[in-house]
Amino acid sequence: MALEEKLAAAMRAAQGGDGTAYGALLRDCLPVIAASVRAQGLRGEAVDDAVQDTLITLHRARASYDPARPFLPWLRAIAQRRAIDALRRAGRRPREVHDPVAYEAEIDDRPPPGQGLEARERAAELARAVAALPAGQRQAVEELALRERSLDEVSAATGRSKVALKVNLHRAIKALRASLAGGPDGRA
Amino acid sequence: MAARHTRPVDDLVGDLVQDLRPIRPLLPAGARALTWLAAAALIGLALACIAETADLRQRLATPDLRMAALGALLTAGTAAYAAFVTSVPGRPAAWALLPLPAATLWIGASGLGCLRAALDPAAEAHAQTGLGCFGFLTAVSLPLSVLLVVMLRRACPLRPNLTAALGGLAAAAAAATLLVPFHPEEATATDIAIHGATVLAVIALNGLAGGRLLARG
Repeated sequence: MALEEKLAAAMRAAQGGDGTAYGALLRDCLPVIAASVRAQGLRGEAVDDAVQDTLITLHRARASYDPARPFLPWLRAIAQRRAIDALRRAGRRPREVHDPVAYEAEIDDRPPPGQGLEARERAAELARAVAALPAGQRQAVEELALRERSLDEVSAATGRSKVALKVNLHRAIKALRASLAGGPDGRA
Repeated sequence: MAARHTRPVDDLVGDLVQDLRPIRPLLPAGARALTWLAAAALIGLALACIAETADLRQRLATPDLRMAALGALLTAGTAAYAAFVTSVPGRPAAWALLPLPAATLWIGASGLGCLRAALDPAAEAHAQTGLGCFGFLTAVSLPLSVLLVVMLRRACPLRPNLTAALGGLAAAAAAATLLVPFHPEEATATDIAIHGATVLAVIALNGLAGGRLLARG
């Protein structure tokens, strides 16, 4: 609140023609303006440009500041608007392309959009099917297939025989194949 | 404004300080709106010299015409006030909703008048006045719009199109108020359609052309 009162007092003095107060006001406004334009998404040199645009607008519009009202909302509204103007200008400006043919012909080797989504859906479907297995079969799948541990390790850790683990894994794979093939989209 | 800055900000601050002159803060939005309405009233006084006031009394005795005139007057006042408020940085855009109740009264009462006229066969005799209304509304709206844009430019409209469109609504509503003494008592559906289209055209023109002028301010 101290900053608000200090800036409002300086602006009132500036409206009266006090150059010293005005210079101090403009310098005190710089961090406030910079924070406002950064909050709109501007970075780097664009911040400096928007700060200067805001100062120029503040100067032209200083008669519109009502001394009976708070100063900071008035200042921030101008800064936000100038930042939005800068973003619009940046959006309209064409990107520089030195070799348009190469730009158009470049192959994008990144995965196509939606691929990650599809993979996640498949993984979720598999996890649901595994979770639905009986306990013995689920343990065999998780330990042998998903965690890729050896039969000996799993046998020692669980106390089940290797034959029982193999049978459970075999039954689990059969059950998973049936449940995934019978899914809503019929995928095998 | 689109020129990019390459000089240090300290230089700019120095230039702005050098350019500083004492300046009087703008009057409150209400006072500025009243000033503009006074200018509109002057046009009304000038027009009153050629209007038939005996007919006016008879027209204002009709409830829906009286309500439509009152609605248009209130719309002009509230829209002008909202335009002046939104021309000041930091004031909420929601002020643009201020003229809505008055505009609803204006449109509703005009619609009732149209319905009453539709049930009255004598109303057809006045169906040819529509183009005259268009000319009147346009001719009166234009100077009022220009005056409003000049007054609004003294502030700093950060939403120039919204502020200018509100100014257009104020000018069109003021023109519609001043039209009352000249309009036949029974407004036909054609009249109402022409009034509505003219008001919308004035608002759209102000929003586009006035918005550009205000954006350069």
